[in-house]
Amino acid sequence: MIYWDLFLAFFIPNIIGYGGGPAIIPLIEAEVVGRYGWMTAQTFAETLALGNALPSPIATKMAGYVGYEVAGIGGAFIAVAATVIPTLLLMLGALGLLYRHRDSPRVKRMSQWVRPVIAMMMAWLTLGFLLESLDTSGAIHTLIIGTAAAIALIRFNTHPAFVVMGALVYGGLIIP
Amino acid sequence: MTPPATSWQLFWAFFRVGIFGFGGGPAMIPLVRAEVVTRHHWLTDEEFADVLAIGNTLPGPIATKMPGYIGYRVGGVVGCIAAVIAIIVPMIVAMIVMLGIFSRYRDVTWIRGMGQAVVPVVMVMMAQLTWDFFDKSQAALGWLVSIAMAIIAAGLIYWLGIHPGWVIGAILLAALLRPTGKKKAEGTA
Repeated sequence: MIYWDLFLAFFIPNIIGYGGGPAIIPLIEAEVVGRYGWMTAQTFAETLALGNALPSPIATKMAGYVGYEVAGIGGAFIAVAATVIPTLLLMLGALGLLYRHRDSPRVKRMSQWVRPVIAMMMAWLTLGFLLESLDTSGAIHTLIIGTAAAIALIRFNTHPAFVVMGALVYGGLIIP
Repeated sequence: MTPPATSWQLFWAFFRVGIFGFGGGPAMIPLVRAEVVTRHHWLTDEEFADVLAIGNTLPGPIATKMPGYIGYRVGGVVGCIAAVIAIIVPMIVAMIVMLGIFSRYRDVTWIRGMGQAVVPVVMVMMAQLTWDFFDKSQAALGWLVSIAMAIIAAGLIYWLGIHPGWVIGAILLAALLRPTGKKKAEGTA
């Protein structure tokens, strides 16, 4: 059942993903590309690029788009609901309990202990994008775009939307 | 008590946050604060800090938990739905429209070139996030524990093919249940 698969694919990453929206990206990739094969690494990268160039939370943009791609409006609704509703209900329902434990060392420990695993999955995803790019665009284009993007993003703090636009211009004019 | 807010006010407040909030959920928190505390006085500064702290005790995106909770608190169920829809729906629609047009013309060579050129950019962004998470992780746990946990998790997930949900679930459970003596345990599961 496609709706149930979609629900699980977004429910699981969001219920274990401590560290906000960005932490959920590698977990979603593991479901969408790795487990269910709904998207290729290339289309996932394109989706992520546009998602990073637009405002608003990344996790719901990914959920809405992937859900729509897989099963239309209903799919988008299911994927977004699986992303938003469970933790929101927990927050509304268990507010008193959470309030008492908001400074608890155990709760802090939960997000601390998960972080190395998320970081490792992010590194794995980075490597995946590198291999994908070497395969489709070749070493030279990958090196040029990657270096330019790194300098723009890290050294000059350029807005991601402009970096993505720059890559689109380069890709449209030079790669073909 | 805070003055009752109409759902429209909530909608527009979080619509603005969604439209101007670049850089993912955590980067949007100051914008939420500007609307909720400074502009509309729905919450005091302290209440806002509490809501943020509570939101961080739970997994999932912070940028939907906060609007949902604040919307519920000041406008009931309708307020909650209005706030969440306002922050997420406009850009989901934008994604679907833009990527829809893009994939329709995927066969045109220069459009395909654009798609390819974006992959190294996403790689760099993901590398930045990787560094950010490793850096925070080593600040809290030290390099040795962080790297050991990462390697063990990589072996379990990518070599043995265990679903990441089980690995992370086991770690969360261990973090929750282990008595709070000073030192932290190494990799679990």
